[in-house]
Amino acid sequence: MADLSIQFAGIKAPNPFWLASAPPTDKAYNVVRAFEAGWGGVVWKTLGEDPAAVNVSSRYSAHYGVNREVMGMNNIELITDRSLEINLREITQVKKDWPDRALVVSLMVPCVEEAWKAILPLVEATGADGIELNFGCPHGMSERGMGSAVGQVPEYVERVTRWCKTHCSLPVIVKLTPNITDIRQSARAAHRGGADAVSLINTINSITSVDLERMVALPIVGNQSTHGGYCGPAVKPIALNMVAEIARDPETRGLPISGIGGIGSWRDAAEFIALGCGSVQVCTAAMLNGFRIVEEMKDGLSRWMDSQGYKSLQDFSGRAVGNTTDWKYLDINYQVIAKIDQQACIGCGRCHIACEDTAHQAIASLKQADGSHRYEVIDAECVGCNLCQITCPVQDCIEMVVQDNGKGFLDWEHDPRNPYAVRA
Amino acid sequence: MIESLNHLPHPRDNAATLADNFSDLAPPLNDRQARLESSRCLYCYDAPCVNACPSEIDIPSFIRNIHQENIQGAAQTILSANILGGSCARVCPTEVLCQQACVRNHHQECAPVLIGQLQRYALDNANFDAHPFQRAAATGKRVAVVGAGPAGLSCAHRLALHGHDVVIFERCEKAGGLNEYGIAKYKLVDDFAQREVDFLLQIGGIEIRHGRTLGVDLTLTELRQQFDAVFLGLGLAASRQLGMADETAPGMLAATQFIRELRQADDLTKLPLADRCIVLGAGNTAIDMAVQMARLGARDVNLVYRRGHEDMGATLHEQDIAKAAQVRLMTWAQPQQVLLDDQGRVRGMRFERTHLVNGRLCATGETFELAADAIFKAIGQAFDDSALDDPMARELQRDGERIQVDGQLQTSIAGVYAGGDCTALGQDLTVQAVQHGKLAAEAIHAQLMLNVEAA
Ligand SMILES: Cc1cc2nc3c(=O)[nH]c(=O)nc-3n(C[C@H](O)[C@H](O)[C@H](O)COP(=O)(O)OP(=O)(O)OC[C@H]3O[C@@H](n4cnc5c(N)ncnc54)[C@H](O)[C@@H]3O)c2cc1C
Ligand SMILES: Cc1cc2nc3c(=O)[nH]c(=O)nc-3n(C[C@H](O)[C@H](O)[C@H](O)COP(=O)(O)O)c2cc1C
Ligand code: SF4
Ligand code: SF4
Ligand code: SF4
Repeated sequence: MADLSIQFAGIKAPNPFWLASAPPTDKAYNVVRAFEAGWGGVVWKTLGEDPAAVNVSSRYSAHYGVNREVMGMNNIELITDRSLEINLREITQVKKDWPDRALVVSLMVPCVEEAWKAILPLVEATGADGIELNFGCPHGMSERGMGSAVGQVPEYVERVTRWCKTHCSLPVIVKLTPNITDIRQSARAAHRGGADAVSLINTINSITSVDLERMVALPIVGNQSTHGGYCGPAVKPIALNMVAEIARDPETRGLPISGIGGIGSWRDAAEFIALGCGSVQVCTAAMLNGFRIVEEMKDGLSRWMDSQGYKSLQDFSGRAVGNTTDWKYLDINYQVIAKIDQQACIGCGRCHIACEDTAHQAIASLKQADGSHRYEVIDAECVGCNLCQITCPVQDCIEMVVQDNGKGFLDWEHDPRNPYAVRA
Repeated sequence: MIESLNHLPHPRDNAATLADNFSDLAPPLNDRQARLESSRCLYCYDAPCVNACPSEIDIPSFIRNIHQENIQGAAQTILSANILGGSCARVCPTEVLCQQACVRNHHQECAPVLIGQLQRYALDNANFDAHPFQRAAATGKRVAVVGAGPAGLSCAHRLALHGHDVVIFERCEKAGGLNEYGIAKYKLVDDFAQREVDFLLQIGGIEIRHGRTLGVDLTLTELRQQFDAVFLGLGLAASRQLGMADETAPGMLAATQFIRELRQADDLTKLPLADRCIVLGAGNTAIDMAVQMARLGARDVNLVYRRGHEDMGATLHEQDIAKAAQVRLMTWAQPQQVLLDDQGRVRGMRFERTHLVNGRLCATGETFELAADAIFKAIGQAFDDSALDDPMARELQRDGERIQVDGQLQTSIAGVYAGGDCTALGQDLTVQAVQHGKLAAEAIHAQLMLNVEAA
């Protein structure tokens, strides 16, 4: 079996699956249950200065798919609502009882050096393996100048990271907010400040839905609502892109990344790792299914690694980074054409109407004698956009077949049709 | 009650048990089930299910409306194509219509979307403040419809919608045709048929005159004179006979006649029970008869058919319903003689076994007897000729025994249209009758308005 153990920014863990700083890691009770279930590490629910934060009711809402499966979740919870002292005591005990697991403590205090200087030694004394700076919480705390209010200003990110590196000997992971325009600016700032790693993403500003009877967004507090932070499967594509952007940025190349956002299966995790992550963190999937999901994640990942001949995570970590590039470097001569497997086709007509109405009129609908329709790709019209394959309800029914057009590699930089082409 | 069965005992079960036996064959979907089921629809384009629906309901559209919690919108979509969508949702053999065509039957999925059940859900749960269709401005045209069955009602509603005034002449006390008098009780329960008629009439402009019979106190000649157009939705009022001795002996009965009594009975415990009975036939009527007698408590129900299972008119789904009700399906046997006791009542039937010789059905010579307290004939409905007895009616061209119509549902006489079971077009199904009525109304409307424009 493949070895799932990791050493991430100097922190050891038996597997790369960590629970993200959130309700699943709120207190010793949860964390012990998580460790019993087999999680490789946790990032403790964010600690702050006393007095502890106070939460409202209700707190969560969701964006659903057609079968009421949760596509994304939204929350307006703040950082820990328990006192610093209790949290520190529990962290100390848990780390003592579970020495082989990674225990990282998430922190958020005001953006003044004194505040960080005061809390860091207390955390270090617990025996924790590292700290994570919560520069991402997009609601509530940000109104008080913390969380994403810090994460959105690169200078603040750099400054606070430096204070932490100065006043603490533990590895410092900077957790980034996605509520920015260019994630590389934040990552570069953390890197300049001396961060040992970055983790991302925290939640995305969101309103999931509106109660049209009461005319108020969800979740409802009294007769009002406020925007919250979005997480779960729907944010995975956004997180993956941000991870890739950092992984392939020359300025931050090699900076360890802990991937977060919509991870719920071994495959999700493997994708984050392929794009450069050294560990992954999970929140929503655990909140919706319980801690037991780590079982299938570990089993699936190691079996897949075995099938690929990967002995450790390093063997494939970052492997997809080199293949992620700018549009201008893509091969403009590469061509695929849709091919329908008539045996598998159930005749729903979705590919036809999608291509006919909104793409390239490349799928003919041929009425048969019995009134049914046969759908055939018109090769000459197909541009290979994948739309039909995406809308087809049958798995593997439409294949995008690579065409051998005899043309060699050509990118836009060198394409004669580009007025600004680089002339060789 | 039913004279020829008066000598038989009554059901052993009490009223509550019997009521339970005749409750909904397929209970309605709840909200959660409807939402889940509607999410399975792929919203096909040129959808095969629509193609297979005789009344051309826009199935993907109404299902999408259900899924988006727009139940009224779903109901309106259904009703605009099929004003009797509520009964069709319950009685249509969906297993050979829309659901057979559903792409989710494909081997990768193997279960069709429950279109009929979703249709029922939409119509059961739509709460219209007022009738969802509004009549066009009055045209001053009057149309006579004969027969208030699915064909006649559908035609009347569509005509009223277009602003015409309609008078329906109906022989029976109640409207609805076989919805009221013929469909198995567990498919259309309680007074659904009447509620549906009431709903349909809300549109206004339709008057039903009960107790009026074409061929008795009404002639096509006078209707054609008094109205701008005539629609005949007469159904098949006669039952086919075996053509053998003792066919009218006590204990012999047409299945449709028994079902009619059953559907109208206020007290099921008062019905005759044929503990041992024989049902002759292989269509859905035969199955309905056998299953309903079994549900009344009969312990020995034999459905006998002269050919094989694969030749039966009843769908496999229907046959399964019969098997589940402990009905014995006997094939390859044909009636030879009604057996009577010394009081002249049915005591059984002698059959001879059959087989195919060069594709032709022949008796093998082997015989056997089945004991029975009653024998129900379900060997098909026939057109009742007595309706077409006046000079003009006798002129109508026929297609076999039925009335001949063209693609516009017009008969050989201009201005006289026909649809439903009394024509040979399409299958003898409720949904087909509704479609005929609707198309005939459109044709009549086009014709009447053409005349207006020309004038
Ligand atoms: C026992 C049985 C079970 C069936 N089960 C199903 C089923 O499960 N699903 C399904 O889709 N179909 C079923 N059918 C078929 C379906 O009921 C018919 O196809 C449908 O009712 C035809 O409608 P219609 O309007 O043409 O005729 P009908 O429903 O027969 O209506 C004809 C109307 O005309 C009236 N009428 C007849 N003659 C005259 C006259 N001379 N003057 C005035 N009024 C007259 C009648 O009283 C009646 O109201 C069943 C049929 C039978 C017999
Ligand atoms: C209810 C809730 C509370 C959260 N609280 C915190 C927090 O205190 N600190 C923090 O860094 N992130 C917090 N997060 C963000 C998660 O750690 C994580 O970054 C985000 O949910 C994306 O991961 P996921 O898609 O696996 O849920 C919270 C998320 C949720 C749903
Ligand atoms: S790949 Fe795009 S262009 Fe080609 S057939 Fe499919 S939808 Fe049409
Ligand atoms: S979308 Fe897929 S299943 Fe549907 S018609 Fe096209 S190829 Fe066939
Ligand atoms: S064929 Fe089936 S999946 Fe397609 S539209 Fe009809 S009900 Fe929906």
